[in-house]
Parts: sequence; structure tokens; C-alpha cells
Amino acid sequence: MSTPAITMDNAVPPKVGPRAFLQRLRHGDEIAHLVTLIFAASILLLTSLLVLELWRESHLSRAQFKWSFFWTSTWDPVFNHFGALPFIYGTLVTSAVSLAIAVPLGLAAAVFLAELAPRTLSDYIAFLIDLLAAVPSVIYGLLGIFIVVPLMRTTIGPALKHTLGFLPIFSGPNYGVGFLTAGIVLSIMIVPFIISVSREVLLTVPRDQREAAMGLGATRWEATWKVVVPWARTGIMGSIFLALARALGETMAVTMVIGNDPKIAASLFAPGYTIAAVIANEFTEATGDLYLSSLIELGLVLFLMTFILNGLARILIVATERGGGRPS
Amino acid sequence: MNRIRTIWRKSLNVVMLTLTGVAAFAVVGVLFFILGYLVYYGGKSLNWNFFTKLPVPVGETGGGMANAIVGSLKLLLLAALMGLPVGLIAGIYLAEFGGKTFSFVIRYTTDLLNGVPSIVMGIFAYSIVVEPVKHFSTLAGGFALGVMTIPITVRATEEFLRAIPGSLREGAMALGASKWRTIASVVLPAASGGIITGMLLALARVAGETAPLLFTAFSNQFWSPGWSQPIASLPVMIYTYAIAPYDDWHRQAWAAGLVLLGLVLLANLGCRLVMNRRGVRGV
Amino acid sequence: MRKILLSLLAVCALAFTAHAQSGTVLLNSAGATFPYPIYSKWFDVYHTAHPNIQINYQSIGSGGGIRQLMAGTVDFGASDMPLNDQTLAQFKYKVLQFPTVLGAVVPTYNVPGVTAELKFTPEALADIYLGKVTKWNDPEIAGANPGVKLPSDDIVVVHRSDGSGTTFVWTDYLSKVSGDWKSKVGSNTSVNWPVGLGGKGNEGVAGLVQQTPDALGYVELIYALQNHMSFGTVKNSAGNFVKASLATVSEAASGAAVKMEKDIRISITDAPGANTYPICSFTYLLIPQNISDATKRDTIKGFLKWMLTTGQTMVEALNYAQLPKAVVKIEMKQISEIQ
Repeated sequence: MSTPAITMDNAVPPKVGPRAFLQRLRHGDEIAHLVTLIFAASILLLTSLLVLELWRESHLSRAQFKWSFFWTSTWDPVFNHFGALPFIYGTLVTSAVSLAIAVPLGLAAAVFLAELAPRTLSDYIAFLIDLLAAVPSVIYGLLGIFIVVPLMRTTIGPALKHTLGFLPIFSGPNYGVGFLTAGIVLSIMIVPFIISVSREVLLTVPRDQREAAMGLGATRWEATWKVVVPWARTGIMGSIFLALARALGETMAVTMVIGNDPKIAASLFAPGYTIAAVIANEFTEATGDLYLSSLIELGLVLFLMTFILNGLARILIVATERGGGRPS
Repeated sequence: MNRIRTIWRKSLNVVMLTLTGVAAFAVVGVLFFILGYLVYYGGKSLNWNFFTKLPVPVGETGGGMANAIVGSLKLLLLAALMGLPVGLIAGIYLAEFGGKTFSFVIRYTTDLLNGVPSIVMGIFAYSIVVEPVKHFSTLAGGFALGVMTIPITVRATEEFLRAIPGSLREGAMALGASKWRTIASVVLPAASGGIITGMLLALARVAGETAPLLFTAFSNQFWSPGWSQPIASLPVMIYTYAIAPYDDWHRQAWAAGLVLLGLVLLANLGCRLVMNRRGVRGV
Repeated sequence: MRKILLSLLAVCALAFTAHAQSGTVLLNSAGATFPYPIYSKWFDVYHTAHPNIQINYQSIGSGGGIRQLMAGTVDFGASDMPLNDQTLAQFKYKVLQFPTVLGAVVPTYNVPGVTAELKFTPEALADIYLGKVTKWNDPEIAGANPGVKLPSDDIVVVHRSDGSGTTFVWTDYLSKVSGDWKSKVGSNTSVNWPVGLGGKGNEGVAGLVQQTPDALGYVELIYALQNHMSFGTVKNSAGNFVKASLATVSEAASGAAVKMEKDIRISITDAPGANTYPICSFTYLLIPQNISDATKRDTIKGFLKWMLTTGQTMVEALNYAQLPKAVVKIEMKQISEIQ
């Protein structure tokens, strides 16, 4: 919250009542408050409208399956039996993998660009990385098929199996497509968001913070990791939210490299399916009403998942809100 | 004892800092690889025709994606007009005016909106803009894309407004400026570097989106005059061509990808030039 | 800032003033992806011959085409599957279905060490996709391919992940030749596959098959031909192993004309005949029977007549099979039903 304003207007004790309100209005602050409030509220309106539409259009399947939709594993368009569990699993796993790769990578790159690189070089590189965000999802998918999948099958997969094959997440046959491949492709897609926003936020950290740390004898790295990054914590977390949101909702690229098999498996090499991918794959061809309704209900489920994940993440932020951050 | 610790700290310092450099260059390396791939496979299809002619059926030469290029530009313009102001002003609210609970709700909702799969966004835009009037239109596509730009813009605006130190605000108010005047004339310009980066990021993201356009802007073999007809766009063309069986179309898809990146690059460059000329910080 | 705003305004004005020329007839259509290449060719040639007619077709999928037609956002639709009575009942008006071209679905594989053309029996295909036959050297496959050294590796089954007419044809065929398949899985544009990886689109399946040793998948004939993929032969109802080609596909349709007099929607999978390829199908244009706008109606009727005559001469160049003459006759009669 911004520090309380001490303006010339407050030199006189504040009046109350409608006349006072009108007077304040003339000064424009109330108008500004109102206008910005309306715009902010419109976001709420849009999202509510979206949820309402999803709710309405999925009434058939909600009535039919009720709560069992969440733990049913079948997805059968012919016999009209639908369940969301494998898709929920796939969405969570691929997002987790992609964050596990993108967050360290992105944060490290952002630190480099904000702290170490000379300013012009940093600007150019950041500029180029922003371009990555514009690459269409389809192209990521195609590159995934042509490059990442064979790489996974011939090089990365065997290497992982050789070293860590005893872990259940690296067991089973390796086709090239699967959770791990999808996670890798996703991580490349979301890393520009983390780098771009984190870098900008790190650049806003006041110089005196760094200098104070180094004045106390910290190495460059220690100053960065223990002082600068925590200061920018909320901004960095925000960028991770952005990245997570994109990972959850990514459709085209994922469906091309995940194997599209609605099954739950422990191994990261196994093929899987995500909510966004199945909607993208089957929505345009779905003719039955219950089929369509189930697909839309999946959209609603994803919404719910995003709701919960965001909630958990925010609790995490509050829990770590100890000293060292920028005063809010 | 102290010496060992110092050596440890110093080596850790070097190692970690090198790693960050490696990370940065790895990411850039991936980008160059993607660009190189697009150039190699699509470069051959990039000729004057590509930019000026309409698509032709498979097997014929001389076709292009002129209508898709113009289409993408029109759609992005609409998206920017519809989404960026909402994001900006909502972000201002969150950073400057917001009450505790309402702000929390708005922030939460914005994150939710960001997580909506692009195809669901397309379905939503369809039910709101297309179904009532019973035809696909450029406006519907712009609406779908515009809504998608809001979350990133809101976050960027809020983050960078908050980063402006209170002393700047207090200084302006001490000179007699009202709150909104402070924001408009002092705080916003100071934060504009980061905010504009956020907006460009948002536009870059929606520039490459296919799914929302399939049910809203549809696509068009021909030119699309006005704003209420279906319109072609680069991502949809890429999608259609990439999954077809024809090699010629594949190359055109890669070329279209290259052009799309080129457009985003130009837009970014343009904005930075304008901002540099006006002496904006952070660019 | 002002300059930017002014230029923006100018662009908007330009966009608004670029009206369509008066007299242009604009038709929007959507649907099946399978015939997209030939449709785009047809609409383009037709536009060149009639510059004031613009027919815009987008391949968003058969289901999409059907729904958009129901919603009234397109003037006509296209579907790889014929509409069943249930779907037809959902339309508020009568919809006529016009077959346009024929296509086929072929089994494609990547077996290390095998260069010969593999022969597949219907039972083998069904059992592989059911997960009952798991190894390449299983007797069901080896029996049809004497003299070919098949490895004992596990078969990597590949199917389509996106809903598609190709899947519909493939599963329709499997349902006809395997009672097990029909009761357990059934046929639709998207099914609950017992086993296998899902590839998106023909290129997804082809890509997976080409890159994964021991893979078996199904793709459209055009796709296999265009990309020089090797595909196997399938045993038809007469007991002959037939390789898919324009000739064998047309054969499958020739016998269908008689049945189509009664109901134009007919499945031609597993069609009788010595030289027929068993996995093929028509693809349909969905035209509302009553079109109130006279210009649009005449345009559509004119296009359909052109499509059935001149249009058919262009299909083979793009690896589609022509409609048999008997079928063309039936459709010409149906055109007169459009009012």
C-alpha cells in the first residue's frame, strides 16, 4: 500500500457529508478512484461471465456425472462415459516439470541480465528473449516433434535411465513423447515470462541495498542472492504465477508431444494427456451434446485447479513474508 | 578457519555467477536455434509474393499470405485497444487506490483469467460475440485476444508502479499535486519502461495464439474489409498449413512463423525507439 | 504521442472504407479437414471463373462444421461422417448431404529390418488396436506374411488424438470386422482407445510412426502418398490383399450407388468386390434444403453442379478418388431439392 498522502488539501480538517464529497470530486481524485475501480471491476465481471458460460454449457455432464467426474478415469466418446482424473493428473505433472526446469533457469538468467551483464548487452538479450514469447504455440509443437522427441528417445531418455533409472519416475519404456518431453517444451515456452518480468523487477531494486550488503563484506553472489532477490521477491513470484498460468493452459505444443493417452502413470516417460490438450483436440469434432458438455466441464475443472493452485501459492508467499522484502 | 570459509564463499561466488551466465546464454541459444530453423526452412518461401498475394490452393505457386499479415495486424490492433487500457487502469487501481480485500480479489481473478486455456477463451468469445450475431468477425477475434492481454498488463503495471519509491510521490504532492495528477504526471512516466515491456510481452503472446481465433475471427481466403467479416491471421494459417500433407505448405508455415516473429520484433523496436527518443528510463 | 494516435486513426479509417465491391457474393463454410486441399482448390478455381463469388472454407473439423451450421454462422458445412438421424433431428431444418470425393485410410508402419510390404488381415488390425496382439511376430501377422522376418518386439500402436473423420472411417471398419471392437470400443471421430499413443493430425501420427521403431499407425491415403510413406495392404471381404489406390478406392464406391438411391449416407468400408480397398469413405457437403437468400441459393446450386462435373476432373491430381458416375447422377437430382 502506498504511504498515506499528505497533500495541501488536508491542511484543513476533512469535512464529511455530500457537499464535501462533491468538493473532493472536483479535485479529480475521487473520479480517478472511481474510474480505476470500474476498470478493475470489469476484470471481475469478465471472469465471472466466463465461469458462468462454462457452468451453463456444462450442465448436461454435471447432471450426469456429478462428483464422480473428478475421479473417473475413463474417457469414452462412443459410450458417453467421461471422467477428468487422467487429465487433472497430466496437467499437474507437466506444469510441475515445466516449472522445475523454467524457474531455476529463468531466475538464473534474469539475475545474470540484471546484475552482471553490461546494461546494453542486457537490454539486447532481454529484447531477444521477449521474442520467444511471440513464437506461436504450433511452431513450438512442431519443433518439439522434430527435435525434442527424437532427442528424448535417443539421448536424454537413455541417459536418465542409465543414471536414475531406479527411480519410479524414470521407469518404463521411453517413446520420446510423454510427460517429460511436454514439460521440457513447456518450460521453453514459459521461461521468457519469468526472465522478462524478473529482470525488470531486479533492475528496480535500489542500488543502496546492494552496496550496503557489499559494504558489509558480502561477495557479489551473496549480495545478489541474500539481499537483492528477496527484495524483488513479490515481483519474481508474480512472474512465476504468469508462467504457471501459461503452462496450465497451453494447448497446441503440449498435444503434439505428450502422446495423448489419457492414462495415469508414475513414469515421466509415459504418455499422458492434459485438460487443455484434450479440449483442443476434440472440441471442434465433438458432436454429441454430452461429449461437448464434458469437454466444457473439463474447462471448468481447469479453472478450479487454477483457483486452488493460486490459493496455495499465495499462502506460500504470506508464509515467507518475513524480513528482507520490499516494504509493501 | 576463516580462510577456508572465505575461499568457499569466493568459489561459490564465481561458480554461481558463471551458472547464471550459462543460463542466460542457454536461453538465448534456444531462441537463435528456433530462429535459425525458421529461417532455414521458411526462408525459401519468403519472397515478394508472400507479402503481397493471397493464398493459392496446393500445387500452385505464387501464392502468399498478404491477407493473413494484414489480418494479424488488425487483430493485434483491436486486442491492444480493447485489452491494454483495461489492464493499465486496473493495474493503477491495484497499485494506487485499492483497498485490501478488493485488491486481493482482483489480483486473484486476474491470475485465474491468465490460466484459462486459449481455446476456452475462444469458446467464451464465441458465445458472447459470435453467437448473438451469428457470424464470425474480426471484432470477435480482437475481443478474445484483448481479454488475454489483460492479466499480463495488470501485473506489469502494478509491479512497476509499486516499485516507484514513495519519495517521488511525496515530492509531487508536496508541490501541490493531487493524487491522480501525481500518478499521471510523475509515477506513470517513471514506471513506463516496465509497463510498456509488459504490454509488449502481452501482445507478443497473443500474436501467436491460434485457438482463440478459430471460433471468432475464423479465417478467410480473401481480403477482409471492415471489421465484421472473418479474417485470416498468421497463426491460423500456420496451423492449417503445418498439419497439411504438403511440403510446399509446410515451408509456407515456417515462413509465416518467421514473418510473425519479424512483426513482433518490429513492434518492439518501434516502441523502444519512441521511448528512447522521449528519454524514458529502463529501456 | 499525437502522431501515433493520428496514424492509428488513419489506419482504422482505411480499414473501414475498404468495402467489398457491390455484387460480391460472400459465402462462409466450415468443416472437415480431410478434403480441405481439394475444396480450397475448387473454391479458388470457381472464384477465378466467377470473380464476384467468394466462397470461404475453413477446416475446423467435421464436428465444428456441423455445429456452426446448426448455429447459423456458416452457409453450408462439410463433414467426413454422414450425419446420423439423431444429429439431423437437432437441426431446425432439413439438411441435404452431398458426397464430394472419396478417400482412404491406410496402415503405415516402421518395423526395423522389414522393407517388404506387409499384409494385414482385418482380424489382425482389430486385435492389434484392441491390445490383444502385442508383438510383431504374432501368428496373426506372421501368418499373412510368409517369408518376412518379423521381430519379436512389442508393437507401438499409434492412433489419432484429435477427433477426425479418419478415425471415424478406421473405427467404422474395425467395428464391422470385429464384434469385439464394436462392443468394447465402437466407432466415432474420437474413441476410448484401449492402447496406443495419440498423434495430433495426420502429421502427428506419421511423425510418431516414422520416428518410433516398431510403430503401427493409420493415415489418410493422400498423406501417405504425398509424403512417400510405405503402407501395407489390407485383406478385403473377397479375401484379396488390396493396396489402397485411386482405382481400388473408386471400386469400393461403385457398388454403393444402388443403395444410395434410398439413403445417400452410406458406409463403404469393407465393401464387396474383388478389387476393392476396404477402408474408404465419402466426404460430404452439408447443404440446408431451404435457403431463403435467392442469390446464395443459386450460387450454391451453381457451385454444386460445377463441382459434380468440372470439379471432379481436378480431384485425381490431388490424390482423391472421383465419385462414380452413378453417384453423380443421384446428387444432380438432389440439387433440385434445394429451394
